[in-house]
Amino acid sequence: MNRTILSALLSHWWRNRMQLFTLLAGLALATALWSGVQAINSEARASYDAAAQTLGEGQYDQIRRSDGGLIADATYIDLRRAGLRVSPVIEDRLNGVRLVGVDPLTAPGGIGPVDVTNDDFNAFLTGRGQVYGTAAALADVGEIDADKVISPDVAPGTLLTDIAVAQRLLDRADGFDRLIVVPGQTLLQPALADIAPDLTRQGAQGADNDLAQLTDSFHLNLTAFGLLSFAVGIFIVNGAIGLAFEQRRPVVRTLRALGVPLDRLLWMTALELCVFALVAGGIGVAMGYGIASLLLPDVAATLRGLYGAQVAGTLSIRPLWWLSSLAIALGGTALAAGAAFWRLYHMPLLAAGQQRALAMAAGRSARWQAWSALVLLTVAAALVAAVAVAGLEQGLVAGFAMLACLLIGAALALPYLLDRVLTLGQAMARGVLPQWFWADTRQQLPGLSLALMALLLAMSANIGVSTMVSSFRQTFVDFLDQRLAAELYVTAEDAAQAQALQTFTATRTRAILPIQSAEITLADTPVSLLGARDDTTYRENWAFLASSPAPWDAIAAGEAIAINEQLWRRTALDIGQEVAIKGRTFAIAAVYSDYGNPLGQAIMTEPAFQGLFPEVTALSFGLRLPAEDVPDLVAEMEQALGLPEGATIDQSGIKAFSLGVFDRTFTVTTALNILTLAVAGFAILMSLLTLATMRLPQLAPVWAMGLTRAGLGRLELVRALLLATLTAVVALPLGLALAWVLLSVVNVAAFGWKLPMFLYPLDYARLGLFALIAAALAALWPAIRLARTPPADLLKVFSNER
Amino acid sequence: MNAKVFVLCLLWPIAASAQGFAGLGTDADGFAVPQPDPQFDFPADHAAHPDYRIEWWYLTANLTGPDGTPYGLQWTLFRSALAPQAGEGWTAPQLWMGHAAVTTPDDHYVTERLARGGIGQAGATEDEAWIDNWRLAGDWTGAMTLQADAEDFAYRLDMEATGPLVFQGEGGYSVKSAAGQASYYYSQPFLEVAGEVMIAGDTIPVTGSAWIDREWSSQPLAEDQTGWDWFSLSFDTGDKMMGFLLRQTDGTAYTSATWITAEGKTTPYPDGAFTAEPLTQSETAGATVPTRWQVRLPDRGVDVTVGAINADAWMTTSVPYWEGPVTVTGTHEGQGYLEMTGYE
Repeated sequence: MNRTILSALLSHWWRNRMQLFTLLAGLALATALWSGVQAINSEARASYDAAAQTLGEGQYDQIRRSDGGLIADATYIDLRRAGLRVSPVIEDRLNGVRLVGVDPLTAPGGIGPVDVTNDDFNAFLTGRGQVYGTAAALADVGEIDADKVISPDVAPGTLLTDIAVAQRLLDRADGFDRLIVVPGQTLLQPALADIAPDLTRQGAQGADNDLAQLTDSFHLNLTAFGLLSFAVGIFIVNGAIGLAFEQRRPVVRTLRALGVPLDRLLWMTALELCVFALVAGGIGVAMGYGIASLLLPDVAATLRGLYGAQVAGTLSIRPLWWLSSLAIALGGTALAAGAAFWRLYHMPLLAAGQQRALAMAAGRSARWQAWSALVLLTVAAALVAAVAVAGLEQGLVAGFAMLACLLIGAALALPYLLDRVLTLGQAMARGVLPQWFWADTRQQLPGLSLALMALLLAMSANIGVSTMVSSFRQTFVDFLDQRLAAELYVTAEDAAQAQALQTFTATRTRAILPIQSAEITLADTPVSLLGARDDTTYRENWAFLASSPAPWDAIAAGEAIAINEQLWRRTALDIGQEVAIKGRTFAIAAVYSDYGNPLGQAIMTEPAFQGLFPEVTALSFGLRLPAEDVPDLVAEMEQALGLPEGATIDQSGIKAFSLGVFDRTFTVTTALNILTLAVAGFAILMSLLTLATMRLPQLAPVWAMGLTRAGLGRLELVRALLLATLTAVVALPLGLALAWVLLSVVNVAAFGWKLPMFLYPLDYARLGLFALIAAALAALWPAIRLARTPPADLLKVFSNER
Repeated sequence: MNAKVFVLCLLWPIAASAQGFAGLGTDADGFAVPQPDPQFDFPADHAAHPDYRIEWWYLTANLTGPDGTPYGLQWTLFRSALAPQAGEGWTAPQLWMGHAAVTTPDDHYVTERLARGGIGQAGATEDEAWIDNWRLAGDWTGAMTLQADAEDFAYRLDMEATGPLVFQGEGGYSVKSAAGQASYYYSQPFLEVAGEVMIAGDTIPVTGSAWIDREWSSQPLAEDQTGWDWFSLSFDTGDKMMGFLLRQTDGTAYTSATWITAEGKTTPYPDGAFTAEPLTQSETAGATVPTRWQVRLPDRGVDVTVGAINADAWMTTSVPYWEGPVTVTGTHEGQGYLEMTGYE
């Protein structure tokens, strides 16, 4: 019996191949975008884990010298012989790649992620020695006097080896950079201060910021996009399944009349959908892998530029990733098919299958949809009002909740809105053809509503995100002009060269602005403290978000500091409050914007800084001089001081670099945007094709009354353009609302800075044009097919009329 | 798990294949080989011999607490060479491993330390053997001190030698198989101990006796030997006995024993004179091992039952084995230590 049921069910797909294609393609696309984003996220997370494991960062306490110097061999031995279980680490750059040397006998966890087998260990410790790393890192380091061993679990951009080998390769036998503390306290262990008072112990969460936390917001962004794309895809799937179920009603009726139990039928249908879901999911996963591979290098560069996080630039297939993608494909199908199953279960035995059943059902649910839309939009409006008017702080999750409510609410409201507009159009129409046109469009609406919802989501996401990105870029460019006021930036190699540099340029430049920094903690947050020389450069160029009167004077007097927006927003610090730094108190005089920096920052005047941190010498300087004199000065400095070529960079170079990082960051978002729009266009095409076959009985009478097939085809195109335009009109305010939420809530919660919103009417017009073109292209094929329908088919309608 | 695997092979370096327990049966290529009729020079020979592949300083003690509870205590320092030279600094091809344990009738505490040679973290000189803050120091015929610690136990002991150093085998040349593998082997079995043991949050004053074994060689096991069972027994009469059984792949065993009088006079016994027969098997944390033995040395009228005080004295270290205190009953009464290696 099962075979009969299955063949009856599957025969529907055989006859309606377009529907099957729609179903599979929709699900595959949805899964592809989702799994692509997930692949990127999980690759990044694996890299963070590898980094933590490789270097013990975030896992074990570390011991360093209070003054930042190297820990001598003898000190290490003294600590061990006293009973403190510590393990030395050497860390440096070899040919541009980070090389870490550990002692596997004393390090907790041995050599971390590296799997050293029997024969390797001898080679690891003796002879030439071995260096472990990813293939990319080993390639980057070039020729070295050690055996290279590919080990994919080592953190990207890092090489791991034994201390003795590291000492030899780096030509450094002068001490260790830090010591790792083996967790656990032995009974006869003395206090660290008793053995080596110049060493300090830092907790595992201390100096090294938790990478996973920092980059969370970035990954959340990606996930949100993945979800959006998935939702759009599921709309398509919903449409296809709903239609198929409706059209199979006669089959179901016959089977049940023949004695097939209902639950057997339901199981078979479920099984059929499961198989489709797995097949489409598999295709989607493969496509997702392709998308992720293409996007990953840009994501890696972004993360490195923004957070200094090292992420592998190549993708490795992890079982968790594709298993979860298949699961989501199954889940999405289940979600999409839920309503259809419910209807099937409650269908009376002899219910007639109706061609227009979809439309009828849509009419009933339209009310329900409209009400839910109203509820969601109200919730969204309330949240927005709370933030905008009452100024309540909202977290990241609340921001995304707002976005979700707005998007889903608007999507659900769209069919109702369109229906009202079309009714209005119909009422205002004069003449038979226009009236019929409006009525026919209205009648087609339920079948197209899902596709139009998808288009709405895609367009508004496009508007919202592009507004945000463009506003950001504009503000960022202004900000760069402000902050990078110096014409030339120089970095010296050591203190002696820095001193020579200052003497040399003293007469040749208008001002020398040293750049020096130290790490402190303010209000329980790690903060970079900068020392700035008092100069008109700052007073003229910097704009504060908030300040007390005459802030620069207070700062120059050494009584106050300025903090960046991120620190201001994230902590309770505010103008006028006092903070203590190394025993001295400073008032907070101003808040400045600091785009692109995920951490807190504060600025104080140079004399005060040097008083607190005398051991810190500035190695980087900004030089003020006329722009046309820069190349000469660079040449002179390279000759007189022996500065290497990379030590200087001029203003335009550094601006271009910063903007480059910025643009890279949003390449990923732009790419995802375009893909989502493409998915929506595909949805429209599929809906139109599917509906085309059912439209003949409605079009035949009109044709019989004299409207040519070509005319009918043209009207199809007009209809598609009309609906797309109406959707675009709804998409614009929705997109702007999205942009506002992104700028004012999500960005503030995620990064800590708020951007002003700028409008770009040209961009919107261009997007609208693209949407229209997409809709026109999508409608072109069905229109041509309609125009080419053989007259005999249209005539047959009259003889088969129900 | 990585640590276990590579430390296993690091201590007993393997050229092409591992032979015998912990690779101790591997060829002695390049390393010095013990010769018969050794001439020892003390205190110089208490220090390390880097041209030999494997060496240890092995202390076991039978102690009693104030309430009569018996405690067994172990302190071992191993040296293993990857190449026959001392080396300097971080590239020295010498690796050191320390094991410490305390055994009570109910509990067994074990810990391990690892260190590389050449940097000073571990080593052995004439009057001190150490790894991290674990130390065995002093005059081997006079006063010595002992210390070790871990997260859950620690001990500090003062020891006094009441007899001379004794030499195992033929004047300190101890043969291990019919093929002739041998090691240099001497002991200090006459140590009176007083000190404290810290376990389970308590500090327990203990007294008793200790026995230190010193041994070094480059291929202590033949290719066909899988492991050994070693007994050090101190009888109430004041005499002592050391005996070991080297188990071979064909099921037979090579045995050797030394009888030590209370004055320190030794008599070696060749293969076959000493026998040990397992009586009871016990399942321990690591493997199933015999924890009661019938030990016989007919030439001295010894026919005793040796039983473990705590059957579960399995050493959960990188190279695992069984080591624990035992009681002796039968023709002679006394106490001692038992070590069993090569059981899976």
